[in-house]
Amino acid sequence: MKKWMLGSLLALWAGVAGAALPTHSFTLDNGLKVLVREDHRAPVVTVMVWFKAGSIDEAPYETGLAHVLEHMMFKGTERLGPGDFSKLVARYGGLSNAFTSYDYTGYYQQYEVSRLPLALELEADRLANLKIEDEEFHRELQVVLEERRMRTDDSPTALAWEKFQAIARPGTGYAHPVIGWRSLLAQLQPEQARSWFQRFYVPGNATLVIAGDVTREQVEPLVERFFAELPAGHTPPRPRQTINPPAGERRLDLALPVKVPTLFMMYNVPSLVTAEDKRDFYALTMLAGVLDGGMSARIETDLVRGQKLVAGAGASYSGIQRGNGTFTIQAAPNPGVTLDQVEAGLREQIEKLQTTLPSEAEMARVRAGVLASQVYEKDSVMGQAMELGTLSTLGLDLDLSERFAEELSKVTAEDVQRVAQEWLVPERLAVGHVQPEQGEEK
Amino acid sequence: MSRELRVTSFEKHSATQGVMWCSGLLIRAVTVVSVVLLGACASLKPSADFPTTEAQVAASEPGAPVLDIQSWQTAEGAKVLFVPSDALPMLDIRLVMDAGSARDDGVEGLASLTSALLGEGADNLNVDDIARGFEDRGAAFSSSSYRDMGIISLRTLSDPEFRDPVLALFGQVIGTPSFPQEALERIRTQMLQGLRMQQQVPGPQVEKAFMATLYKGHPYGGASGGALESLPPIQRSQLQQFYQTYYAAGNAVIAMVGAVDRQQAEAIASQISQALPAGPGAAKLDRARPLEQRQREHITFPSAQTSILLGNQSTWRGNPDHVALYVGNMVLGGGGFASILTDEVRQKRGYVYGIGSGFSAMASGGPFKVSFKTASENADQALSLTLSLIDQFVQQGPTDTQLEEAKTSILGSFALGTADNSDIIGQLGAIGFYDLPLDYLQQFSQQVREVTAEDIRLAFQRTLDAGNLAIVSIGPQAPEIVPVADLPAEGGEDSGAVTVANEASRGEE
Repeated sequence: MKKWMLGSLLALWAGVAGAALPTHSFTLDNGLKVLVREDHRAPVVTVMVWFKAGSIDEAPYETGLAHVLEHMMFKGTERLGPGDFSKLVARYGGLSNAFTSYDYTGYYQQYEVSRLPLALELEADRLANLKIEDEEFHRELQVVLEERRMRTDDSPTALAWEKFQAIARPGTGYAHPVIGWRSLLAQLQPEQARSWFQRFYVPGNATLVIAGDVTREQVEPLVERFFAELPAGHTPPRPRQTINPPAGERRLDLALPVKVPTLFMMYNVPSLVTAEDKRDFYALTMLAGVLDGGMSARIETDLVRGQKLVAGAGASYSGIQRGNGTFTIQAAPNPGVTLDQVEAGLREQIEKLQTTLPSEAEMARVRAGVLASQVYEKDSVMGQAMELGTLSTLGLDLDLSERFAEELSKVTAEDVQRVAQEWLVPERLAVGHVQPEQGEEK
Repeated sequence: MSRELRVTSFEKHSATQGVMWCSGLLIRAVTVVSVVLLGACASLKPSADFPTTEAQVAASEPGAPVLDIQSWQTAEGAKVLFVPSDALPMLDIRLVMDAGSARDDGVEGLASLTSALLGEGADNLNVDDIARGFEDRGAAFSSSSYRDMGIISLRTLSDPEFRDPVLALFGQVIGTPSFPQEALERIRTQMLQGLRMQQQVPGPQVEKAFMATLYKGHPYGGASGGALESLPPIQRSQLQQFYQTYYAAGNAVIAMVGAVDRQQAEAIASQISQALPAGPGAAKLDRARPLEQRQREHITFPSAQTSILLGNQSTWRGNPDHVALYVGNMVLGGGGFASILTDEVRQKRGYVYGIGSGFSAMASGGPFKVSFKTASENADQALSLTLSLIDQFVQQGPTDTQLEEAKTSILGSFALGTADNSDIIGQLGAIGFYDLPLDYLQQFSQQVREVTAEDIRLAFQRTLDAGNLAIVSIGPQAPEIVPVADLPAEGGEDSGAVTVANEASRGEE
């Protein structure tokens, strides 16, 4: 890796960052936070509403509730019947959907830009006038149970992952699945959904993101018109998350109807939110890139191509979370290789990070990938809205992405080694082995 | 940044990211459609006094910028489609070859394996050199294979300091692939492990059985990713031969979108075209024939749900009924929440999380397919209801209101398709590959405006017979056709409309 290349990448990136697209932020009197990203390349707009309400906010007896409520947001208001929301969006050429994760729930609509007033009116209407009827609730719960069967119950790897999460993140809201444990999910009641909505779906707990061919002058009156009348309500408290003490080394062995064994490893590490020293977040990001930042990174080079231990493997750092971050490794062995051998190979890779400094060429390659992907990410308006919504909802700085490359350039090889030594330690590790059931072919 | 595992059912995403659950059907990628909306668009009658903004929105003419598609042929016979776009300092290149599994010629997995070995070695370059060569400069290279198409993609920064060395490397990689024996063995093993993982879950098994049932004796019927018994005997020389024949310049479409000018684009296309083997386009394949009577296949599998696919070979690129079928299908089952199938089977009865229908026009024929998964105890009812709804639609066609709403929806969604370079490149590849006119999208929108409910009804009657649809399923037991308890009344109710915008790029998924 030549030095010049990174230098010119940085120069290029500085040009792109310098021409950063305008982002406006304002807050209504009722507490609703509004973010506007101007991107005038095409006459389109994305409208999103994000709530600080995810599955980590659920009590143990109500797992799956955040996601079920998300479904109910499409089932009618005082003014619209069940399904009318989606039909109106479709009628005017739009797309809409929603997502629930551990940390948040988000809703989006995408349209040609002249549809913006409709998008805002529809969002405001379901915030003000959502109606959760018993019969609709029970019918929709059947749909959600089908969703669970499809995604989890009929996939042994997904079932294994769900069980693994329970030991990998013990004592946290991340230990239960977003879709909920089957038996509890099936028993949810409409009054729980109503109370969830009243508790979390208040303006002070939400961020409205509007991205696309719009200006602040154009959207502000519309936002005022539809959202200003929402009562402020009471913004629910959410505890501040801190880095957890080590939970001790944990292990799970599962026999399931799989044809190929699978290995899971997960370390409990700081996130950008919980890190006491924010540099740890950037150092862990670099570390993940060195291990699995592409076809030229260590997992592909050493384990897939070199030792040929695995048919496929991946490592990643999830550091943008409300609670603690995770450093995750998944691998599927080649035929004739045991999970113990794969685990040993991966632990050797972790040990190498702890004992040997990564080369300057490796570090430069990760930075190059990050810099280039920041240019590529600007290709998607939806992607930009997602980024703003996530950062706002997690209470992070909105200019994170603009500063990201600069922060990464400060990370040294010694920093990478230090975070490997400090965080990738056995007492922060959970290991899961998923093997075929007895009598199954190997 | 990192390559996904070849083992498709590995579900890597769900493990490494915060898991997300969506309330909708699969979020469909929206790709480019460019039209100028002249004349009046179908005027919608706003329903009531809510939403208050509906009248205003219904009256506004949706913008839809026209793409400046430039096209030419290289000296070696490759067809080039180019859209300049200097909004971002990046360049996307996509080569689309007539090199999909339809060209396997009985050796299932040959096209797929050939594609997977591109990037694993070239003259004087090993796989590490290639991987570092792209990644040191922030470029992304990938190859993939489908039934019709073999696709090679490159995304790079457009600044010449990065672009020039990346393009030089790209030329070497696609022009002098060495198909190393070591890489063949390694990737073959990965693909075999991937096939074993597919046996763990119902989806891939039923999809394969569906294509095998509809396309028995036709190249589309083969397993495009290979099979446990077909991959092991494949020899390196077969890959080299496949590459020489089907990755020839005359068999290639070169699509480009990004921050280069026409002169630069011509030089790049020429460089790529010269790097490829010399040779002509592949001969057309025979069009597949529809099933003339119902076929039923069931795979017994201990899943909680029964997955059901219904369909028949029913269309092809160039079908004069294409627009009528497309618009009609948006009403029937292609329009997500606005379509009849979602409304009846999910919204009203809660049988499924998702249900959808579609016509996939491929080069040598293409299926009409309806797919859904349901709790096994509901499988009989869900299947029978769906068949009845299809039959009812074939007999009656859409109501005038359904048609009007579908048209407005389709025309209103075009702008979404022009939003980003990723969408544009996919559209260019499809327009080039299927020999569509450069103004195809404008023509398409004009035809959408003109199509009548009667056109749609007649087109569906020419094309589909609910009684001939193959029923392919997987689950604890085969579903039975039973009387439907509460079929909606004839004439149906208004069911809103649709969303599109990925017209030309439909076909291959």
